[in-house]
Amino acid sequence: MKAYLGVDIGSISTKGVVVDDKAQILAHEYLWTEGNPIHAVKRVIDALQKQIDGKDIQVKAVGTTGSARKLIGVVLGAQTVKNEITAHAIGTMSRVPDVRTIFEIGGQDSKIIILEDGIVTDYAMNTLCAAGTGSFLMSQAKRLGLAIEELGEMALKSQNPTRIAARCTVFAESDLVHKAQIGHKKEDIVAGICNAVVSNYLNNVGKGKRIAAPIVFQGGVSKNVGVVRAFEQVTGSDVYVDEFGHLMGALGVAVLAKQSGKEQNFDFNIQHVEFITKGTECKKCANNCEIIHVYRGEDVLDSWGNRCERGVSA
Amino acid sequence: MSAKIISFPHIGSYHVPIKFLLNALAGKGNKAISPPPITKKTLELGTKHSPDFVCIPFKYNLGNYIEVLENGANVLVQTSGGCRMGFYGEVQEQILRDLGYELDFYTIDAERGSAMDFYKAFKDINPKLSITYSIAAFAVATRMAYAIDGIEEFIRKNIGFELETGSFERMEKQFLHALAQATNVIQVGKVYREYLLKFQALPICKPSNPKKVGVVGELYIVMEPFSNYCIEKELAKFGMEVTRFLTISYRLFSKKHTAEYVLKNTGSYLKYDIGADATDSVGKSLDLARAGYDGIIHLKPFGCTPEVNSMPIVQRISQDFKIPVLYFSFDSQTSETGVKTRLEAFADMIDMKVASQ
Repeated sequence: MKAYLGVDIGSISTKGVVVDDKAQILAHEYLWTEGNPIHAVKRVIDALQKQIDGKDIQVKAVGTTGSARKLIGVVLGAQTVKNEITAHAIGTMSRVPDVRTIFEIGGQDSKIIILEDGIVTDYAMNTLCAAGTGSFLMSQAKRLGLAIEELGEMALKSQNPTRIAARCTVFAESDLVHKAQIGHKKEDIVAGICNAVVSNYLNNVGKGKRIAAPIVFQGGVSKNVGVVRAFEQVTGSDVYVDEFGHLMGALGVAVLAKQSGKEQNFDFNIQHVEFITKGTECKKCANNCEIIHVYRGEDVLDSWGNRCERGVSA
Repeated sequence: MSAKIISFPHIGSYHVPIKFLLNALAGKGNKAISPPPITKKTLELGTKHSPDFVCIPFKYNLGNYIEVLENGANVLVQTSGGCRMGFYGEVQEQILRDLGYELDFYTIDAERGSAMDFYKAFKDINPKLSITYSIAAFAVATRMAYAIDGIEEFIRKNIGFELETGSFERMEKQFLHALAQATNVIQVGKVYREYLLKFQALPICKPSNPKKVGVVGELYIVMEPFSNYCIEKELAKFGMEVTRFLTISYRLFSKKHTAEYVLKNTGSYLKYDIGADATDSVGKSLDLARAGYDGIIHLKPFGCTPEVNSMPIVQRISQDFKIPVLYFSFDSQTSETGVKTRLEAFADMIDMKVASQ
């Protein structure tokens, strides 16, 4: 059977799926990137191979997305390297064909995608500031002595969520400390954080966008039921969280790899190959472009980062 | 008294006419020089010595000044405009003096000032300057700016379809080099016509109905490619025709950018002037939407107040005409990858839309 591999390498987590030609998921894996995308991908590939081992499956095309898509695209010899916005839209539509709005909050970034009749008509992505994303929730969970997974359930217990300034995480944090010290209950504070994430998201990324149902919420933060409830309260409509919501980018890029029409059998034994990256600074002008070379053993696979042709030979 | 070496900040390719004009007006024994091309170092220098919250064009200008002062310049020229730019000159002059540079600094008000103010400033530098000579020099510089704008418009419309990668950019360099050699209106016209033909002769593969995107926004970011990560050329790489109205010739000599003209056409979207280029951003977005463009890119420096004013209105136009708008705020730390990711998604979105029709 023909199958397609999609890998989504984010700043915090790395996701991989193997799908058949009808975009049904045959194998999936989700783990932490831990600042080493190449190693994380090797572990993902290893896990996926174990899941499809012994079955009659041949991966014919590979796609990569996420912030390390270029590097991993070279490492895996991907047919398709796509930005995460398009990948998420395609992936989500393969699960929820009539989706109109996609909320996505990940570890460091957040985006909104507006669709109409199966076509992306508008989108936005956070710039300059990572306020209200997963890493903010993580640091606040730690401050409150909670595991990140506990936040959602705890928020649901709250009857009277604390108001927390949502504009900026620095203000939010000092507000939160203050509210805790004057005696607000922990579950109220946690619910307040969830509300703050939602209001920050809708006032920044979602500003000026026409949010219509059906709404799908995904990315790591969608696992937090407290944030889901806050979204439902503010938008006044149901917010659907897919069981594979965290895999949509990987799923989308697997579909795109299939659509590319380019086929080449993929070798899962990649985890034993050594890939090395080397960064050099081109000294040929004051731009000092940081050029990255990717080696497979001794061979240079690819280089990038130069602004002009002078850097190519560096 | 030592020779006066006059310089100015960079913006796009306009260093050619600006340098020509300043050189012509400088007088005997004096000369004008261009700052070194903008690099990361320029931005680092500018950022280091600027107030943190000032808009990014200020930092680029200051970086240019410091680099050119190190190259020997001792007279600097700045223009001022109808926003925070109105304070650029005074603040930059003070910063440079505090850094210990000896210089003369001239600020020319481009918004309210007249050609006469410009002449008076130069009369100060070069007391022998005559009005007729100034007008002649100004005519040549103007013609140069028109030539650049004409050639760049052709580039924007066609570079996305070049068959040989880099052919347009190489030709552009040759053109600017040839233009810088011209000394009178006839020569400028000759260079322009010669290179327009050369550009037209470059092989391209352009569909009859290409995807079209327009660029609007704040003057400096729109016109200085270094500050916007060469966004026009990056856009073109996705096989698009790029349109931009904001150029020096448009800004200085076209009445169409004036608030009265723009407001006549904006109907219920805009009733009064919102300052600097923001009124124009709304007016041109509306023009692009009405002309059936596939998308709009809105550029501004982070914290640019006039352009922040224009954004909700542009967003409204986007919804009414179903034309996607991509907004960018540039400062000194935006990553190139982030820009490319958003542009690629924008191009994908347009491709999907076109494919479905």
